[in-house]
Amino acid sequence: MKKTLLAAGIAAMMLGATPVMAKTLVYCSEGSPEGFDPSLYTAGTTFDASSKTVYNRLVQFKPGTTEVEPAIAKSWEISDDGLEVTFHLRDDVKFQTTDFFTPSRKLNADDVIWTFERQMDENNPYYKLANGSFEYFNSMSMGELIKSIEKVDDHTVKFVLTKPNAPFVANLAMDFASIHSKEYEQQLLDEGKPELANQQPIGTGPFQFVNYREDAAIRYQANPDYFRGKQPIDNLVFAITSDAQVRYQKLMAGECHVMPFPNPSDVEEMKQNDDINVLQEAGLNVAYLAYNTQQAPFDKPEVRKALNMAINKQAIIDAVFQGAGEVAKNPIPPTMWGYNDDIQDDQYDPEQAKQMLADAGVENLKMNIWAMPVQRPYMPNARRTAELMQSDLAKVGVDAEIVTYEWGEYLKRSSDTKREGAVILGWTGDNGDPDNFMGVLLGCDGVGGANRSQWCHQPFDELIQKARTLSDQGERAKLYEQAQEIFKEQAPWDTLAHSTVFMPIRKEVTGYKIDPLGGHSFEGVDIK
Amino acid sequence: MFKFFLVKLAQLVPTFIGVTIVAFAFIRLLPGDPILLMAGERGISAERYAELKAQMGFDRSLVAQYFDFLKGLLHGDLGNSLVTHSPVMDEFMSRFPATLELSLFALAFAVIIGLPAGVLAAVKRGKTLDHTVMGVSLTGYSMPIFWWGLLLIMLFSSTLGWTPVSGRISFLYFIDSVTGFMTIDSLIAGDWGAFLSALHHLVLPAIVLGTIPLAVIARQTRSSMLEVLGEDYVRTARAKGLSNFRVIMVHTLRNALISVVTVIGLQVGLLLAGAILTETIFSWPGIGKWMIDAISRRDYPSVQGGLVLIAFIVMIVNLLVDIAYGVINPRIRH
Repeated sequence: MKKTLLAAGIAAMMLGATPVMAKTLVYCSEGSPEGFDPSLYTAGTTFDASSKTVYNRLVQFKPGTTEVEPAIAKSWEISDDGLEVTFHLRDDVKFQTTDFFTPSRKLNADDVIWTFERQMDENNPYYKLANGSFEYFNSMSMGELIKSIEKVDDHTVKFVLTKPNAPFVANLAMDFASIHSKEYEQQLLDEGKPELANQQPIGTGPFQFVNYREDAAIRYQANPDYFRGKQPIDNLVFAITSDAQVRYQKLMAGECHVMPFPNPSDVEEMKQNDDINVLQEAGLNVAYLAYNTQQAPFDKPEVRKALNMAINKQAIIDAVFQGAGEVAKNPIPPTMWGYNDDIQDDQYDPEQAKQMLADAGVENLKMNIWAMPVQRPYMPNARRTAELMQSDLAKVGVDAEIVTYEWGEYLKRSSDTKREGAVILGWTGDNGDPDNFMGVLLGCDGVGGANRSQWCHQPFDELIQKARTLSDQGERAKLYEQAQEIFKEQAPWDTLAHSTVFMPIRKEVTGYKIDPLGGHSFEGVDIK
Repeated sequence: MFKFFLVKLAQLVPTFIGVTIVAFAFIRLLPGDPILLMAGERGISAERYAELKAQMGFDRSLVAQYFDFLKGLLHGDLGNSLVTHSPVMDEFMSRFPATLELSLFALAFAVIIGLPAGVLAAVKRGKTLDHTVMGVSLTGYSMPIFWWGLLLIMLFSSTLGWTPVSGRISFLYFIDSVTGFMTIDSLIAGDWGAFLSALHHLVLPAIVLGTIPLAVIARQTRSSMLEVLGEDYVRTARAKGLSNFRVIMVHTLRNALISVVTVIGLQVGLLLAGAILTETIFSWPGIGKWMIDAISRRDYPSVQGGLVLIAFIVMIVNLLVDIAYGVINPRIRH
């Protein structure tokens, strides 16, 4: 099991290639990062290799939760009108010192302003270099939301917003808001090679970048100047291993300590392995079936509810998720604040469903069920799910045909308001805020886009809009609870499942926490 | 001979143009769109979509895009990756040595085992050894690479612990890239441990990638040997009382090798194709894995550039084989 590590360790010891006592943690990552500038990308694989290791943000999600806590900013306050958010920065945060950069000063307000300017100011050289292609920043409408950013003093920054926006602070804990060093990027500009910021990152995070061998491995070392103290491990290596089966073999052979995204079918076997701990947690996600509420007969809530009652969701959890998930009754996961546990789900009852369809005057209904062509964290096998639905619907006299398209096409066509049929899709949360689910996926703004049910229901939308403007979380939670009641009555989706996330790690690894938002961070992780 | 070379070279031009058209069309014929894939479930506004499309030059007609591609190609510029924004040529060249190193080891494995196996099978025609060699080579030829790779990993890496599961070198070594060949670079660095680690990591992928060429070479060697063994001059050699070893190694094998060498040359295309799967299984950072990633991300410039470069390499190798054949057998030149 540990033979390979041992042999390599002995060889290294004899040859002096690596300090022998150094603790090295190997993470078998699932893919190559697109680059190391987290503001440019949207993929979790890229964030793991950049923002989660090298960078910090003003605020962060408390490890293992979606709760926002201080990071580079030690505190913040929001003005009464919700239009100004002022952050007070720590004064002990240093950027990393590496072979390619030595900072002359600590982090200050200039770096924070620079981080956002480069994503929103058309005159900033990095904005020009990327052609403004900061897709996460853009898709969160941050450019429209931020009116200006002011430097109050060296360690105080004020964001002035165009409108009150409660999720704003949580948004700043997201990867795209990782704080860059103005000094480093200016230095690269002066040297005429600004593109290196995307290849040799400098941040303030727990690990500093050492080098990257394309498609093979990324090497980091613990940042000795990290403001929360040096990490227990000395080196962190991302061994890029795209095949899940091979990752599992490497984990068993001791060639890596942690692996993400196991094959669901391997999980039981992993649990039996004495060398492996399988961590698991409810994912911050939802899988759903979205009807097109703009098309008859799916424009009638009673028809949608009848179809929901015809589908046996528990059977889907058992057969498709192999138990690694739970039936969803709300559009947000149960671990999220604002979740309304009093909601009664539409119970599986084919007889009543049949009756309700007849009462609604629906006979010999033919419909399409769209099955995604890819596996996603919230949906292991959409085709199989669609087949189970097809069989359930046949029992109530509905003739369902399964359709699918290439993933990009699927996403595009499913957004069309004239789309025929119901779409299987899902969502993984970005920032732990209910607005990130209900606002994005069910708000009127999303019709023709991320709102696949094309559902614009004013009473629901008003609650969502109002919740966005309040800063008191308790008040907001009440509004979201009401919104979930409306959602259940109107049934624009059949809420299918919240999947479970598995993380197999070797027994000697301690301190690893599953990130409900799907990221992989090694801060505080140790090897016994 | 020079005329023969020029004719062969001229024949490459239409082939190469054909390759550029196929490479350009291939990725565009696949359904999917790099911008939509990048946006994911979140989606993208129509305005932003149009903006990005224009930035990437996809709003222009396909003919205009093709001629841009061709123009860049003639200047040695294959454009920039849509994902990493780095030049495609640089990305390809930084990964190609890994594929070449793996392919050369796989070919060496195939030749070192396949050639003697074919000779033995021919000499022992109809005997158990012949049936065994041919049976095994047929199995090897029919083996799905993906399955074969995983099987070897499970046996030799997980169960026996003899070989590493995947990768190119142990994570303990970070060798500066000089030639891009890990075995050579580790020797240049004077790091014997790294060299052994690189060799250790080559064993399984080279066996997996070399299995099909091995089968082809063994079968081809056997059939050429049998053909030559039936020739009059072999009978004459035996009649002269030459030793069996001398008859086989000098009179038979040397003549049989002509067609075997051609087959070995043709394996280059097969090796590059096989590398795509092998590299995926063994997390080998070569062009195969890079192409797979580029295709799944619909990174048009990387896919079309990568295809053209791979096709170009195969064409050059085939040209060299043709020329070598012309040198060996002057009748071919006419």
